Amino acid sequence: MNMESTKKGERTDIERGHAFHLLYEMLRIRRFEERCAELYSASKIRGFMHLYVGEEAVAVGVIDALKPEDSVVATYREHGHALIRGIPAGAIMAEMFGKVEGCSRGRGGSMHLFDDKTHFYGGNAIVGGGLPVAVGMALASKMKKEKGVTCCFFGEGAVAEGEFHESMNLAALWKLPVIFVCENNLYAMGTALTLSESVTDISKKAESYNIISDPVDGMDVLAVEKAAQKALTAVRAGNGPYFLECRTYRFRAHSMFDPELYRKKTEVEEWKKHGPIVRFTRYLKENDLLNDKDLDDIEQKIASEIEEAVAFADAGRPEPVEDLTRFVYSEGGKS
Amino acid sequence: MNTQDREITYREAVREAIREAMQKDERVFLMGEDVGRYGGCFAVSKDMLDEFGQERIRDTPLSESAFVGAGIGAALGGMLPVVEIMTVNFSLLALDQIVNNAAKYLHMSGGLFNVPVVIRMATGGGKQLAAQHSHSLEGWYAHIPGIKVLTPATIEDARGMLWTALMDPDPVLIFENNTLYNMKGHLPANPVPVDIDHAIVRRPGTDITVITYGVGLFKALDAAEKLSEDDIETEVIDLRTLRPLDDETFLASVAKTHRVLIVDEGWRSGGISAEISARIMERSFYDLDAPTERLCGVEVPMPYAGHLEQAALPQTEDIISIVKRMVKSNG
Repeated sequence: MNMESTKKGERTDIERGHAFHLLYEMLRIRRFEERCAELYSASKIRGFMHLYVGEEAVAVGVIDALKPEDSVVATYREHGHALIRGIPAGAIMAEMFGKVEGCSRGRGGSMHLFDDKTHFYGGNAIVGGGLPVAVGMALASKMKKEKGVTCCFFGEGAVAEGEFHESMNLAALWKLPVIFVCENNLYAMGTALTLSESVTDISKKAESYNIISDPVDGMDVLAVEKAAQKALTAVRAGNGPYFLECRTYRFRAHSMFDPELYRKKTEVEEWKKHGPIVRFTRYLKENDLLNDKDLDDIEQKIASEIEEAVAFADAGRPEPVEDLTRFVYSEGGKS
Repeated sequence: MNTQDREITYREAVREAIREAMQKDERVFLMGEDVGRYGGCFAVSKDMLDEFGQERIRDTPLSESAFVGAGIGAALGGMLPVVEIMTVNFSLLALDQIVNNAAKYLHMSGGLFNVPVVIRMATGGGKQLAAQHSHSLEGWYAHIPGIKVLTPATIEDARGMLWTALMDPDPVLIFENNTLYNMKGHLPANPVPVDIDHAIVRRPGTDITVITYGVGLFKALDAAEKLSEDDIETEVIDLRTLRPLDDETFLASVAKTHRVLIVDEGWRSGGISAEISARIMERSFYDLDAPTERLCGVEVPMPYAGHLEQAALPQTEDIISIVKRMVKSNG
């Protein structure tokens, strides 16, 4: 189903509870990150922080389609992925506050969120660096005959890295259960796709490695979800890797240090009109699946979760400096 | 398991170690360029494809970053991969994976995700392979917290270190000096895993300590034998592991001999020899009767011409003349 193909009053096959869930998760990520930006300005969060605002439909559509046994490898712009995957908002916020209650004990920060319970393998801040690792995790699943699929996110900037091409080749060669999700937001930091790639159709690059590759409207959560389900079905059937190019857009700066000299404000405003949340909200309202009261309820619930997360992070403890050199090597125990 | 003492080559010792690990534990597999059909660039994995099949002896494309990263990912996924990189020179193509991922996942994740991968590679010069195949960069890797760096020199260590490395929960790099593969040596019956935490005194002496590792060990032992004819008793220490560095063993030796020469095929500037020298200064300065000296690879990209290459590498004769001079000096 595609939002564009339905008109006001048309019956849809989306179940109301599920629609609510998708909207709720996108809004939850949006509000969480808006709060992060405030907390950054208030110096509660430091270092690099990259917001996902505008791209929420990708993480929500894909990760919602995953199963608990699947694994996620993400990038430094991964707050949204961590939230939808199920890492508690408090543990994520505490991580950004540099507290020991954080999901990586305050050792990782915004760019390195990790969680074993949800098989969330970071937060990789080297562009392209997560791809070979995802390939290896998929190799382990295959060799151990486990059912899990590895889901690897990266931006279109990674496509220029050698690791991208090496990983595509290896995953396809060994028919590994991995789904590659390219979040094409058109800018690698400040360099436009057209200025960095001789071939700008990214899905073609994956195809050239014999990987089934679908371009998807990354601003349409239902389209992303549908594409992810199709991809996962194929991967779970043992057909090897699958590639989704989710075409999306980042509404805010690359990081908190970016003055955005490389694009016009009008371009950003134009994209915002077609943002994943406004679009899905409008669609649900037009189909009588959502009213203003529902939306207020959702917003209130999210606001209270976020304030709880902030309070949790605020109340967290800084790790004692005496523990500085822990976690360089494992403490006891053999593999 | 062989129940008799044997003479085997270093190559055979490494092969036996990998075979045994694969027989013992289904999680172990070997992956790298030409490890299967070709039998390994240095013939270490010859015939192993027939024994274990292509699932566990995996030929990879020439994609160092991808297959080293895949080793890291497979380790995160519960396997115990042995990744072979042909030589340390090619490992530079995988530096991002080794340094940014393998060495850091445990820490970045606040202790959640350890990476039990073993990465083996050949190192060193001496075969006229010129500037891009001959360097000794193991000391460089020893700079990095989060990984362990092993340099087995003897047959017993080549045979015994692998299993210990595989059972270690963290990433371990093993450097095999390429001139040692054909070396024959004695392997005791029923070989067992050996520790990877300690340096060892390979030859006791009283007049001077030579600290070295890898192929340097045999040059030092040769020199010590010849020096002994001149009544100079050299204590030879094999570091075995460059990270973590076992200070206690060499500091104890310094306290006994009061003179130290460090022999390292790697370059001098910022190398492991500098680190060892600094640690001796910091902790054993007053034990010294003479300044610590270093014999290192000459700071030049390795030339092809045989006589130039030999001139660029530490030699037994160099060790002998430096030791003689140092022992004569009163400090």
